[in-house]
Amino acid sequence: MNSKRCGSQSVIFPTNPKILSTATIVGDVEGQGPIGKHFDLVLEDDTWGEDSWEKAERKMFEHSVRLACNKCNIAPESLDCMLGGDILNQLISANFAARAIKAPFLGLYGACSTMVEAMLIGAMLIDGEYASTVSATACSHFSTAERQYRSPLELGGQRPPTAQRTVTGAGTAILVSDEYQHNNESTHELFNNIVISAGTIGKVIDLGVKDANNLGAAMAPAAADTIQVHLNDFNKTVDDFDLIVTGDLGSLGSELLNELCKEKNIDLKDKHIDCGNTIFSKDQNVDCGGSGCGCCAVTFCGYLIKRLEAGDINNILFVATGVLLSPDTTLQGDTIPSIAHAVVIERRVS
Amino acid sequence: MKKGNQSPEQQAYLEKVKQYEPKSNTFSQCVKAFIVGGLICCLGQLIWDIGNNMFTFTESQNSGFTSIVLIFLGALFTGIGIYDKLGSFAGAGSIVPITGFSNAIVSTAMEHKREGYVLGVSAKMFLIAGPVLVYGISASVVLGIVYFLFGIA
Repeated sequence: MNSKRCGSQSVIFPTNPKILSTATIVGDVEGQGPIGKHFDLVLEDDTWGEDSWEKAERKMFEHSVRLACNKCNIAPESLDCMLGGDILNQLISANFAARAIKAPFLGLYGACSTMVEAMLIGAMLIDGEYASTVSATACSHFSTAERQYRSPLELGGQRPPTAQRTVTGAGTAILVSDEYQHNNESTHELFNNIVISAGTIGKVIDLGVKDANNLGAAMAPAAADTIQVHLNDFNKTVDDFDLIVTGDLGSLGSELLNELCKEKNIDLKDKHIDCGNTIFSKDQNVDCGGSGCGCCAVTFCGYLIKRLEAGDINNILFVATGVLLSPDTTLQGDTIPSIAHAVVIERRVS
Repeated sequence: MKKGNQSPEQQAYLEKVKQYEPKSNTFSQCVKAFIVGGLICCLGQLIWDIGNNMFTFTESQNSGFTSIVLIFLGALFTGIGIYDKLGSFAGAGSIVPITGFSNAIVSTAMEHKREGYVLGVSAKMFLIAGPVLVYGISASVVLGIVYFLFGIA
């Protein structure tokens, strides 16, 4: 029993669930960013021809799943399980997209950590032989997030310099078991041998940050905790990874993460990158960088996985962080709890 | 969690956050707010003079006329997507004048149009401007009572 558990919070996946394909759909600001050319579809119009932003967001979710399935020649409705979520109330984007796709579906809410949460659970389902094909998706939209968490778009106010911009984007990764791929020769693999080999389930951490305009600072302690636990559980060091990727800490959160890790005697050196800093450039007027659960989803599915495939890097520790707040808890003066989950994604040389 | 309940670890971290936080440049923002706010007031004066010289309004007619034109301009520039850009540049300079009040109402109404005209536009319209109305009117009532009881002289 428990042979797949490792240390206090980690799991290993001995059968190495594969990432067969990915798909990304982003908004125009993300498309103009430094990694814009890596995305499959850049939307010119942020409503994508729909009559509301919410409808556009669920369409992005749905189409990213369809596109990723299409690329590897798996019918979307034949997926054993669709996993994913977004950051809107009642997970409307994920739920309504699942209504259209009609595959078995588990909705997940991990705020901006949703992508890694979905990949972690997806790998568990496959490794535990409960599923052989799983999609993991996360999706967010600048305009829907602004109205739910902040203020109307046309309101003429100033953002504090610690604020981050929610990424408009949906990213999907299709995970399959080795056996499935073996038995279904019609599947097409977009990536040669990229697997999820291990993961760490995060704990909710709260170091007392109250400012909902400073989410990077709220999330950095959760990321530091999960990184420390992961390294301890596997008895590894930072040197064992080519990159340590965090979700959306932004520039301030990244600095704080570095400091917190130093206190724990972990030197991240130059191995740390943050998706919130990668997806936008400084001159795009985004203050501390990108955020939202689409941020790390599209950065990984569009950009990082291509670097893994190209052999430029061989393995990454992918740590996505999320703030578990609502606008009401902020108004009631609560501090901001946050969480970070991690998966190890590596390229196996066969 | 109340402030007194912070653990030493939390206190140390919050200190660190403060130290690394990028700061707003208050001086340059004040200058921008002063210039833009001043220009909006000059525009108001211009409208006042037009009312005075071209239409020969009485003083109370003219203050209504000036307010209406400014509110219209605030709504117009919100509708065509310029006022939010002005606001992110000027801050309080464009929030405090009456045009900012107009922006707060129109932007919220636009945002909630998709939820319908009754429970969307009209119910949500005062989401941001509401507190200004509630406390503005309350304060005027209190002042009115004081004025009634003691007079100005």
